Amino acid sequence: MPMPADELEARLREAFPDASIAIEDLAGDGDHYRARIVSTRFVGLSRIRQHQLVYAALKGKMGGELHALALETTPA
Amino acid sequence: MTADAEAPAVNEFITKTVAENDVVLFMKGFPDQPGCGFSAIVVQILDHLGVGFAGVNVLQNDALRQGIKSYSDWPTIPQLYVKGEFIGGCDIVREMFQTGELKTLLSEQGLLT
Repeated sequence: MPMPADELEARLREAFPDASIAIEDLAGDGDHYRARIVSTRFVGLSRIRQHQLVYAALKGKMGGELHALALETTPA
Repeated sequence: MTADAEAPAVNEFITKTVAENDVVLFMKGFPDQPGCGFSAIVVQILDHLGVGFAGVNVLQNDALRQGIKSYSDWPTIPQLYVKGEFIGGCDIVREMFQTGELKTLLSEQGLLT
């Protein structure tokens, strides 16, 4: 069950209002994305904690509705 | 039995597995036959570094597949553990490999010969 890119971006924007967010649809199927997120919210956090924040923003969609989301998170 | 009923046993299995093996990869499929591209990437990285690891196929059991996600509070497979500590999924492992951090970590733990 794919998720449209604009929905993904909207969810991320909501959770990371200050962030610079770039989303790529890797396979053109609405199911495999890469998101690059640069946000001040990542400052001082381990990579695991940074990615957990992103997964939390997706409220359980990750691993279900969203099959594949490659993440690159960077503290701003 | 439902996945919920099996949860305590699964949790015990995970705890025991990561305690008894220095490097554990919870993955889809088997190390010599990964069932998913993301699992395959992590296997390739570990093989490339020449570190031995225990591969656990989460597809064998739905309770395990769910259990490992709650164990680490991480929604996806694969998941790499070194000396009982959750290191990350495919993206983090790949990034740590590219920067050399993974090799340093494994070497500091005495896992590279």
